[in-house]
Amino acid sequence: MKRQKLTPYLFLIPGCIILGAFIFYPMLQAIWLSLTEFNMIEDATFIGLENYENLLQDDLFWQTLMNTFIYLIGVVPALVIIPIFLAVLVNQNIKGISFFRSAFFIPVVTSLVVAGIAWDWVYKEHGLLNYALEVVGIITEPIGWLTSTSTALFAVMVVTVWKGLGYYMIIYLAGLQSIPSDLYEAAKIDGANWWQQVTRITIPMLMPFVLVVSIMSSISAMKVFEEIYVMTGGGPLHSSETLVFYIYTEAFSNLNMGYASAAGVILFIFTLILSIINLKVMGKKGNIR
Amino acid sequence: MALSSVKNDEKTITRKLWSVSKKLLIYLLLIFITLFMLGPFIWLLSTALKSGGENIFQYPPKLIPDQVTFTNFVKVMETFPFWRYLFNSTIVTVLTVIFNVLFCSLAAYPLARMYFKGKNIIFILILSTMMIPFQLLMIPIYIMSLNLGLGNTYAGMVLPHITTAFGVFLMRQAFTVIPKELDESARIDGANSFQIWFRILMPLVKPSMVTLAIFTFISAWGDFLWPLIIVSDQDMYTLPLGLNMLSGTFTSDWRLIAAGAIISMIPVVLFFLFLQRYFISGVMKGAVKG
Repeated sequence: MKRQKLTPYLFLIPGCIILGAFIFYPMLQAIWLSLTEFNMIEDATFIGLENYENLLQDDLFWQTLMNTFIYLIGVVPALVIIPIFLAVLVNQNIKGISFFRSAFFIPVVTSLVVAGIAWDWVYKEHGLLNYALEVVGIITEPIGWLTSTSTALFAVMVVTVWKGLGYYMIIYLAGLQSIPSDLYEAAKIDGANWWQQVTRITIPMLMPFVLVVSIMSSISAMKVFEEIYVMTGGGPLHSSETLVFYIYTEAFSNLNMGYASAAGVILFIFTLILSIINLKVMGKKGNIR
Repeated sequence: MALSSVKNDEKTITRKLWSVSKKLLIYLLLIFITLFMLGPFIWLLSTALKSGGENIFQYPPKLIPDQVTFTNFVKVMETFPFWRYLFNSTIVTVLTVIFNVLFCSLAAYPLARMYFKGKNIIFILILSTMMIPFQLLMIPIYIMSLNLGLGNTYAGMVLPHITTAFGVFLMRQAFTVIPKELDESARIDGANSFQIWFRILMPLVKPSMVTLAIFTFISAWGDFLWPLIIVSDQDMYTLPLGLNMLSGTFTSDWRLIAAGAIISMIPVVLFFLFLQRYFISGVMKGAVKG
């Protein structure tokens, strides 16, 4: 009888040990570190909120925060809206459609380093993009997309969007396919035209998925790092540096572990806010199975 | 009579014409988007296939090489320990996937099908870990891993990712929908909880296991930030790390960087094409359930 009572806990042990050791304990440790000065060599010394005060006075921190918000504002709408059109496009019963679905999904499975190298090459002064824009007549002089302070961040944003499109497209595809087809049939019988079907059935039924995608894409945009690291290294002049990149360089290049942890706590607060919005919205729209 | 049939013919012809041109338009659109999605890779491939005599910086850019050559691939394979990195990536990914699926399903079983004290609290605590960004945890985990001697080890790369709240949640949902009578009849036949979990429930949740495996695979294979932090020994580099170093060392020779990038893309693309049905249905399922 006693063993019976222990059984559920035995099943939970491996997972809980991992989550405890690699999430809960580090979480507390991170909060503690954010209140200390620690460079990995000497012992950590408690300094209270000094790291936070310094952060608020650090122009670079504000700039990376600003860049992160620009990222959010630019990337999220693109990743919420464009994949809907892609999903509608590939949700048809025509020949070869699975080829196109796969083609759109390939950027999702390739590593960001490969993607970064490929786009780096597209963005070069003698690259494909400049040539294409010149042919169309949009620009007359080649632009150094990744080397100019005014374009670097946007150039990297395009890569994030390009890489995410296929993933969110599939999520919307799931949404489209979960709409019962008799809804459309009933609408047709009632004389609804194509546009009425889109606005009265497709869009409302897809709303829960729109919310999922907007939350998923905004949380991942908060944490963007690899693209920046591989393509611009945060430059030129920190113009493409984001919050996570800043945390990374402060912690692992400058060994300001305490200071970087404080920036990490701020990142946590922002993602927490996004997650709470997420839960609220998901809770309200209980129609996500 | 004749007149109306002509009219009808005209109608069907215009309708057919309309549906054909609509189809044509859809295909054109699909091809255009495919070019946008695969274009960067195609251009990378063209660069990798260009010989040393060809100016890769010529303007306007040239897509088809004058003379296709594989020397860049040969050269990069000599300097770039591709097989070593592939091996490391494979080990890390396979271990992460296996342990993640195992630990998440173990934890999900009592949460879905047993009554015990603290069940809700444990479940909420597990779910709450979803909100904590890894970027906050990476500093303490790095310090802890070094103290435990996990720097430059597979264990160090794998351990932090082998239980995820998403996985526990996904598996719990899968276990919840299986009728409880199955457990009871198995118990009457003398099976213990572990046997019920392994022999009866696990085979029934295969689709969810595949979904979780694919999600874990995508994130483990493409992971860059954590290996970058925990690995300093080049022998332990995964493909993304190796490739990133390659593009640092050969900044002068883009042909080699391009060849290296193409080579390191091959395994995951092959894997994806092989299992694409599962990949796509996996993401769809994850979206609906998660």
